[in-house]
Amino acid sequence: MIQALVFYMFAGITVASAVMVITARNPVHAVLFLILAFFNAAGLFLLAGAEFLAMVLVVVYVGAVAVLFLFVVMLLDINYLKLREGFLSYLPTGLLVGAILLAELALVVGSWKFAVDAPLSVGSRVPDMALISNTDALGRLIYTDYFYLFQASGLILLVAMIGTILLTLRSRPGVKKQNIAKQNARNKASSVEIRKVPSGGGI
Amino acid sequence: MSDLNPALAVPEIFMALSALALLLLGAFRKQEAAQGITVLAIITMVLAALLVPAGGGMRSLAFVGMFVVDSFAVYSKLLVLLASALTLAMSMNWMRKENLERSEFPVLVLLATLGMMMMISANNLISLYLGLELQSLSLYVLAAYHRENSRATEAGLKYFVLGSLASGLMLYGSSLIYGFAGTTGFDGLAHAVTSGAPVGVLIGLVFVLAGLAFKISAVPFHMWTPDVYEGAPTPVTAFFAVGPKIAAFSLLVRVMVGPFAEMTQQWTQVIVLLSIASMVVGAFGAIAQDNIKRLMAYSSIGHVGYALIGLAVGNQSGIRGVLVYLAIYLFMNVGTFAVILAMRQKGRLMEGINDLAGLSKTHPMMAAALAIFMFSMAGVPPMAGFWGKLYVFMSAIEQGLITLSVIGVLTSVVSAYYYLRIIKIMYFDEPVEALDRDTSPGLGLIMAVNALLILVFTIMPAPLVSFAGSAASALFGG
Repeated sequence: MIQALVFYMFAGITVASAVMVITARNPVHAVLFLILAFFNAAGLFLLAGAEFLAMVLVVVYVGAVAVLFLFVVMLLDINYLKLREGFLSYLPTGLLVGAILLAELALVVGSWKFAVDAPLSVGSRVPDMALISNTDALGRLIYTDYFYLFQASGLILLVAMIGTILLTLRSRPGVKKQNIAKQNARNKASSVEIRKVPSGGGI
Repeated sequence: MSDLNPALAVPEIFMALSALALLLLGAFRKQEAAQGITVLAIITMVLAALLVPAGGGMRSLAFVGMFVVDSFAVYSKLLVLLASALTLAMSMNWMRKENLERSEFPVLVLLATLGMMMMISANNLISLYLGLELQSLSLYVLAAYHRENSRATEAGLKYFVLGSLASGLMLYGSSLIYGFAGTTGFDGLAHAVTSGAPVGVLIGLVFVLAGLAFKISAVPFHMWTPDVYEGAPTPVTAFFAVGPKIAAFSLLVRVMVGPFAEMTQQWTQVIVLLSIASMVVGAFGAIAQDNIKRLMAYSSIGHVGYALIGLAVGNQSGIRGVLVYLAIYLFMNVGTFAVILAMRQKGRLMEGINDLAGLSKTHPMMAAALAIFMFSMAGVPPMAGFWGKLYVFMSAIEQGLITLSVIGVLTSVVSAYYYLRIIKIMYFDEPVEALDRDTSPGLGLIMAVNALLILVFTIMPAPLVSFAGSAASALFGG
């Protein structure tokens, strides 16, 4: 009973804040609603017993992605109202395309038929969840069955990083940078000079 | 099945570790080290190519069935490694002259090649996708590599946006296939569709086909090709035109005749359509081009169309035709791009077809090499390109795909026009201004070797054909 109530609360807030994300006039508000949606989705994961996914969702999406969005919204001078001007005029076409796609998908669902032994071959072995934690179970799969894919994903992320640096990093000469080692290496002898000034002569 | 068996992936692991080591080396050294790193990257690919045949022969699985090595994989990997090593070698001099040498360039080429090898060895929809993304992501960066040039960045952005769309289509298709068949492994999929595939799998397969057709730039998914080929730096264009095409084509062949062999009836229609459209657009699109890089883009679209005929046939001799075609395509394209890379007037880059006027008088050897490549591309007997087309058309006629073969022959007559036009410009037009003489010895060597290989194949096609034959038989359990 309680669980059902909590589920509907999380689900309701997720959907409502998702709607607010696309309807809010102020882009900063939209990002804040997005964060709310992420938090409630994490709550749904918790209810489903997937605590690892819930934590990752909060850490990655709220901690990194949403903050990045906020930065983009605040730092880039984009007139969002202007961007949206055509929104209503595109609406009928969009609805039409959506309706056609929906009808086609409905046709597919109508003839829904799985391959003969599809349920047998689904997914990987699920360990007894009473014995080990979520994180443990995921780790065991990632480092055994999916080891190859895990490493390949790592390489892809590396390429993304190389690409970002290669395409955006510019070495600009003439920029004053702080060099702490150089600062610390300074001593009295190298930075202070005592001159005897003859009276009336100047330096 | 629970075996990781990493020994089978030794070439890939070696490539990955070398790429990481070279990346570190480049980060700690100054930009002057770029040339040395390029040489090391070429050596890495040569060593990997020496490691590849060790896994061949029997079909064996690694990483819990995600990774497959058979003689088909060995054949395609050798082609891809050869293509990448050659294009990297061709790029060195050009990059130095254009002041574009960066140590990241060879590293990205290495990682892209690694992605291609992973695509070729994919035995699961997930490993297929990851290999494809590793390759594509490196290619997006390479397309925009010359970031001060607005055309290069435009090319990179276009390629990235359209490529992401294609990846999205493919992922959607993969999810449908997984949803209806219950597995992503190719062996499991082959088993799942034996007794009549559900319509969901078919729809998923069409989406996957669309994504892969984008990667090989088959019409109607070819829109990006001319713009990207023209905008990207020429060595990158040379790289795009050969390695990724061969890898994506091998992947397409493996997916179609592997897990979905039982659905040949259904996917053949799609392949036939792609093939006809590519041949027609490749032939007619190139006629009006003045820029040789755009011309090569349309030419590669046309070649993809011819190779698709072999896949449409779908049997062992058809796939053998595809493999022979891809190998010949490699040598013709690498050779032609070596000539394009050498096109300079007073140090400035030239890309117009008319800039080749009178090449036979100023650079007789270069003109002769380009003439060999063009005759071969046009499929004039007895050049290598003719044999490539012959094997493909022969298997199509045996299988009764007469219409497809007739269209293929007609479009290759049309495309002969623009290949022969280049020869006419080189041999019969008066030079307006001669191209620079200081072609680097490396480029000259690559042109000569490729031209020689095409001539050798003309005289004795047997070794390549038998190698391709054994590679094709690996896919049909022979």
